[in-house]
Amino acid sequence: MRKNQFTKTNLAWLLVIIGSYLLINVLISAGVINKIYQTVMLTIGINIILAISLNLIIGITGQFSLGHAGFMSIGAYSAGVIVKMMDGAPSSVYIGMLVGILISIVVALIVATPTLRLKGDYLAIATLGFGEIIRIVIQNMKITNGAAGLVLPKLIDWPVVFVFLVISTIVIVSFTYSAYGRACISVREDEIASETMGINTTKYKIMAFVVGAIFASIAGTLYATSFYVIKPEIFSFNKSIDILVIVVFGGMGSFTGSFVSALLISVLNTSLQSFADIRTIIYGALLVLIMIFRPQGLLGKYEFKFSKLFDKFAKKEVRQ
Amino acid sequence: MNLKKMIKSMLALILVASLAACSPSTSSTGTTEQGETDTPAAEGQETYKIGLHYELTGAVADYGVAENKGSKLAIKLANEAAGYEKYVGVEYDNKSDSSEAVTIATTLASEGVIGVVGPATSGASAATYQISNDSQVIVVSPSATQNNITLVDPNNADSDVYEYIFRVCFEDSYQGAAMAQYATDTLAASKAVIYGDSASDYSKGLIEAFDTQFTKLGGEIVATEYYTAGDTDFSAVLTNINSMEFDVLYIAGYYNEAGLIIKQAKEMGIDKVILGADGFDSESLIELAGAENLNDVYYTTAYTAVDASEKLQAFIDAYKVEYNEEPAMFAALAFDATNLLIQAVEEVGSADAAALQAAVKGINFNGVTGDFTFDDTHTPIKSVLVVKLVDGVQSSADSVSPQ
Amino acid sequence: MIQFMQQLINGISLGSIYALIALGYTMVYGIIKLINFAHGDIYMLGAYIGFVFATKTGMGFIPTLIVAMITCSIIGVVIEMIAYKPLRNATRITALITAIGVSYFIEASTQKVMGTNPRAFPNLLPKGNLNISGVVITYQQIFILVVTVLLMIGLQFVVTKTKIGRAMRAVSVDTDAARLMGVNVDQTISFTFALGSALAGAAGVLVGIYYNSINPLMGLVPGVKAFIAAVFGGIGIIPGAMLGGILIGVTEALVSGYGSSLYKDAVVYVILIIILVVKPAGLLGKNVREKV
Repeated sequence: MRKNQFTKTNLAWLLVIIGSYLLINVLISAGVINKIYQTVMLTIGINIILAISLNLIIGITGQFSLGHAGFMSIGAYSAGVIVKMMDGAPSSVYIGMLVGILISIVVALIVATPTLRLKGDYLAIATLGFGEIIRIVIQNMKITNGAAGLVLPKLIDWPVVFVFLVISTIVIVSFTYSAYGRACISVREDEIASETMGINTTKYKIMAFVVGAIFASIAGTLYATSFYVIKPEIFSFNKSIDILVIVVFGGMGSFTGSFVSALLISVLNTSLQSFADIRTIIYGALLVLIMIFRPQGLLGKYEFKFSKLFDKFAKKEVRQ
Repeated sequence: MNLKKMIKSMLALILVASLAACSPSTSSTGTTEQGETDTPAAEGQETYKIGLHYELTGAVADYGVAENKGSKLAIKLANEAAGYEKYVGVEYDNKSDSSEAVTIATTLASEGVIGVVGPATSGASAATYQISNDSQVIVVSPSATQNNITLVDPNNADSDVYEYIFRVCFEDSYQGAAMAQYATDTLAASKAVIYGDSASDYSKGLIEAFDTQFTKLGGEIVATEYYTAGDTDFSAVLTNINSMEFDVLYIAGYYNEAGLIIKQAKEMGIDKVILGADGFDSESLIELAGAENLNDVYYTTAYTAVDASEKLQAFIDAYKVEYNEEPAMFAALAFDATNLLIQAVEEVGSADAAALQAAVKGINFNGVTGDFTFDDTHTPIKSVLVVKLVDGVQSSADSVSPQ
Repeated sequence: MIQFMQQLINGISLGSIYALIALGYTMVYGIIKLINFAHGDIYMLGAYIGFVFATKTGMGFIPTLIVAMITCSIIGVVIEMIAYKPLRNATRITALITAIGVSYFIEASTQKVMGTNPRAFPNLLPKGNLNISGVVITYQQIFILVVTVLLMIGLQFVVTKTKIGRAMRAVSVDTDAARLMGVNVDQTISFTFALGSALAGAAGVLVGIYYNSINPLMGLVPGVKAFIAAVFGGIGIIPGAMLGGILIGVTEALVSGYGSSLYKDAVVYVILIIILVVKPAGLLGKNVREKV
């Protein structure tokens, strides 16, 4: 029996997607969203994709990874190299993305199989190590132009990032709410218990890790083709930390949280821009303050769902 | 959520909001405290905004901060000469992050600056060029030294040059080749060891150029070794180098690491001639290496204090008065880059982008880092000087050009 | 052979610096299971405090060291009180983010206050070296190694033989049970931070003297390396930090000397991953079986 895909909630989400696309278009043509905000929007979109893909690994599956920037760099450099080879043809973005995804899958499997046996901070340091190894290898390769990096033309604009943001969100959220995702959550909650229930924990951990890596790679491709320059140092472990901050700030395990926090951090960052050199001081202090007041992250594990909203309305009607 | 928690989170939100709210006011006023002598522009007096886009925090803040000081000094002196606040510096920090640099370039373009000075590093600079060029904002880079970075595709020497992008520094390849020339011709070196930063494009460019030119002139590169920026212990590689047969050691990097490398090399007993590039040019090199270790050290640079021009001496004095420290090479380059923009404005007398671009392109500039005009790739044509250090003091300077 | 011995010496002296920082790291981790990202920055502060004190007062090595250690331990305790204490019951990743925030704050503030350029640290220790049939060892290298070993022994003594050490171990095993048994948990954790930060401060001064160069971002790389050293040897285990630090130092030196200096960091990470996969609890760690 096939489930009806055209449920009320799915339709509502479709409306939200189309609505926000149109709204952004209108705001841009009305001049409300100027060029600066368009650039900020690119950052936000890419950061959200990075954050939800890391959230799948950390928040949903409970595996502490600090190597996300490594997979981002694979996507970025695959696209970068192919764009250079194809002389900046528009299709090169997608070919590069595909290549990046394939390489990421292979590398993720190589990384995951031995390291995901580790737990907690040991896993974190092992993934950090892998991320750095990927960076050092890229730094010493000829085709990636080593430390100087690649200067690329800008090939994509916000609609492309928007489309991939929607695709990433749908895939990752669907994964989370599928049987696989449930298994991943059980791994997070209690590994031993889920193993005794017959769940192959290693399999699900690797699965989540690979899916996360794929989307990190996609985000990398989007970054490379919209921010002009890629260099190995951009993808150092500090980048992984930045992504981690977005995830924890929004609430581990909450995709809505990742959206909100990527948005807030970008807005914060942009509005602090005119503070010049004390911006980082303020940012550090705010990070501490906010974590103290909201240790579970902005939204905790809360997830915005239309089904909940509809339920609420339904209950109200019943009461009346 | 209980009441206490709610109040707490409200407070946090208010704090964030208030910080965000008070930011725009500081952008225009915070950057223009040029001293009490300047009177604000009166009615009818022209003012020009110059974007100062630097790495003020983060990994390469050292270079960005020095350049920011140089730029601000140039603006201050120009305002004193004009008698009112004719030039306004609009400062931004890109946190040594190239995606941040993209946002800032966009912001600066929309704020109506006549030109931008910075960023300090090639990577962040390249990220801003297309935006600035498309919005017809002139960029004069103090220190984006990477080969062909002013071209649309730096990997392709035949690609077009960005109309609005200029720089006042040498190209890496030019300096590296000049040093190789000097090493062979003047120092009669035939075997060289290279030691550079594996993560820096500056270092990479120097190494390639030195290697090519030195080999072309019949020399032999015995070994090429690498460190990573931020390293402090070089003894393992130096021990290795110490066991080799060579005439000169070429350190392709900045003073932060070069100073320590020289110190550790001399303490280890490596008494060979040490060569470097303009990354050596800083008081910090002497502090870090120790004056007694800075003998038989040669480096390429654009300017020297040996027989300092009047202009240079005036700059050094003004800088010392303003900041109470010796200017580094970065500050001098940024001072020149900013003055170049100012000179163009003075020549044109308006903020017309096309006219300014033409003025900059055809400029005949007498700066503290040398006199020059621009070549086809908007890179200055100035001769390379090789400075010799004796006990940490610049003792002689020879002009070299690679053949 | 002389070359090999020399590289070994180079490696050990570099490693003893990693170990020095790793000692404080591993202790704090052992007690509250927090990856204290700000530890490298406290080390940096220690160097700057020593620098300011030594240049302003012209005092010698011992007073500089003591001032740096005391100031750092106060800073450490204050950071703990403000930034980590409210998060005692939050997840460990939350506390990690706070530590990152603290780290940004300290780095950017130091850049603002002290300037971004590297400073030359005054030389407070006698120079000179021993030459044993071609192998050169400087006095400062010996000094740093000796100080590190002494600190390790002292630390091990405090943790295993004293009352506060017993309290620390109790808190480390089970915080709630320790509290029920009358251990003042907050005080114990504060003490741990004071001790760990004092060690970081000492490391800052020693490294400042040894390399003669300090800058606001000097804590970044050694911070990560020290963390790796701690994991290498078995995190939370004091002699493990020492072993891990020295192993990393020697690996780096030998790879630079005999392999390719381009890949020295990569090799360290590869060895780290292999060790973790083969012996997940680190070299000296005990593999604890999870009870079902």
